[in-house]
Amino acid sequence: MGMKRYSAFAIAKGAMSWHQNWERAWRSPAPKAKYDAIIVGAGGHGLATAYYLGKNFGITNVAIIEKGWLGGGNTGRNTTIIRSNYLQDPSAAIYEKARSLYETMSQDLNYNVMFSPRGLLMLGQTEHEVRGYKRTVYANNLQGVETRWIGPAEVKKLVPIINIDGPRYPILGALYQERGGTARHDAVAWGYARACSAMGMDVIQQTEVTGVKTEGGKVTGVETTKGFIGCDRLGMVVAGHASVLAEMAGFRLPIESLALQAMVSEPIKPAIDVVVMANTVHGYMSQSDKGELVIGGGTDGFNNYTQRGSFHHIEETVRALVETFPIISRLKMLRQWGGIVDMTGDRSPILSKTPVDGIFVNCGWGTGGFKSIPGSGWAMAELMARGSSPLTEEFSMYRFREGKFIDESVAAGVAH
Amino acid sequence: MLTLECPYCGVKAEETELQPGGEAHLKRYGPGSTDEEFDGYMFSRKNPKGVHFERWRHAYGCGKWFLAARCTATLEVFGTYPAQTSEPPAELQAKIKAKRPNWEGYK
Repeated sequence: MGMKRYSAFAIAKGAMSWHQNWERAWRSPAPKAKYDAIIVGAGGHGLATAYYLGKNFGITNVAIIEKGWLGGGNTGRNTTIIRSNYLQDPSAAIYEKARSLYETMSQDLNYNVMFSPRGLLMLGQTEHEVRGYKRTVYANNLQGVETRWIGPAEVKKLVPIINIDGPRYPILGALYQERGGTARHDAVAWGYARACSAMGMDVIQQTEVTGVKTEGGKVTGVETTKGFIGCDRLGMVVAGHASVLAEMAGFRLPIESLALQAMVSEPIKPAIDVVVMANTVHGYMSQSDKGELVIGGGTDGFNNYTQRGSFHHIEETVRALVETFPIISRLKMLRQWGGIVDMTGDRSPILSKTPVDGIFVNCGWGTGGFKSIPGSGWAMAELMARGSSPLTEEFSMYRFREGKFIDESVAAGVAH
Repeated sequence: MLTLECPYCGVKAEETELQPGGEAHLKRYGPGSTDEEFDGYMFSRKNPKGVHFERWRHAYGCGKWFLAARCTATLEVFGTYPAQTSEPPAELQAKIKAKRPNWEGYK
C-alpha cells in the first residue's frame, strides 16, 4: 500500500520522466466478502467519515461504496463556500470544527485542496436581517467562532463592485467571517479518497447498493450490483438518496429531496476576492481561481431526484446578483447544473444511530454540506467507532419527535 | 418547466403560477396522538424516488388547492385532481400502474 508523497521534489523528479510515471491516486479494487465497516456514498462526507475512522480510531478494514463516481454528486456540484457563522451552539460546534480542519487539510492529506480563507460576508439588507445577524455575531463570540458586524462603508471597501444603495434593498452592513472562504471541492473528495486508499481502504465505484440485509434487528451487509458485501457497521452517507437507502433498511427519515442549482460565468479578471451572500434578494457569489463567478441561489419547492431544477430559480438568482453587482449584468453564463439536497424540517443535519443496530446515518445537510465535510466525517467516525460523539449528540434523527429542533432555517435564512 | 392542469379552472398552469404544498393525503394528528404518530405526520413525510402525490395551489390563478401525481425520478406528470379526496382516484391509479408496472400502488 502506502502512497508516494506529493511535493515540489516529486514534481521535479516526475519531470525527468515527462510526468509519465505518476501512480494512480487511489486503487480500484474488487470488493472483499466482508468489512468491519461499509460507508455507502463516496462523496466528501462518506470519504471523510472513512478517513477519520482510520486516522482517529484505527479502523481500516473499510469499504466506501459509490453508485456513480467518487465526488460526482453534491460534492462536485456545490459553490464551495466554507463558513461556520451559525446561530445555534450545536451547529456552530460542528461547522467550526469543519472550518478549522479545512485550515490544515492540505497538509493532513498531502493533497492541495486550495483552501482559501478569503473572508465571507452575509449582507444585512433589512432591519430584521441586521438584528438577526448581530444576534448571530454575539452568539458566535460566545461560541468561540470569530465573526463581527461591519458597516456599509467597510463592505464597500472589501467589495468595490457592490452596489451599496441597491434598487430594492440598500446594504446596511454585513456579518463578516474573515476566516471563512472557499476550497476546491473535487480536490477534497480526491484527497480523502487517496488517503483512504493509502490506509488500505477500498473505494468501490460504480457499484450501487440495492438492498440492506439485517438479522435480528442488526445489520449484516448490503446487496449491491456486484453482489453481497458483509459488514458489522454500516454508514449511510448519501445526501439526496438518504430516504431511498433508509427505506431499504426498513425505516423512514425526516428528509425531503429537493433540487438546488448553481452556475458559473465566463472567466473574467479578478473582481471580487471575498464570498458574498445576499440572503434577502437571494443569491450568493464568489470568484474561482480560474476567474469564473460561482453563483448559487435557492432550492425548488417540490420533491425531485432528477438533478435538474426549475428555470425561474436561475432567473431569480441572477436578478438578485445583477442588482447587487451591476457590473456582472453583461456576463455570459458558462455552465449551470443541479444537485439533489436532503432537507430536514429544521434545516439541520442528521448524524444518528437508527432503529437498526449497526446502521448509522449522516444526512440532512441540505444546502450546506460542503463546508461541513471534515467536521461531519470527524463526528460520524466517532459515532460509528464509539457509539456516541459530543458533536453529534444533538443531531439525532429522533430530535423531531422530542421537539429538540436545531432551528437554523430561521437563523441562517434559506441560503446556506 | 413543470406544467400542471388546475382541476378547478382547467388552466394549464406553469410552475411560476403554482405554489408547492408537500405530501398529499396527510392524515393529521394533534393532541391525544402518540409521539410516533405526530412525528410521522409532521416530519417524516414520504420522499419516494418515483410516483409521488402532492398538494399544489394555483396561487396566481384561481387560488385553490388541488392534488397532483408526479414522478420524482423523471418529472413526468400523471395527472391532477381535486383536493376533496382521501386517496387518489381509481382511474388515475390505473393510469400510473400502466406506466409504472413496478409501482407498489398507493399506500
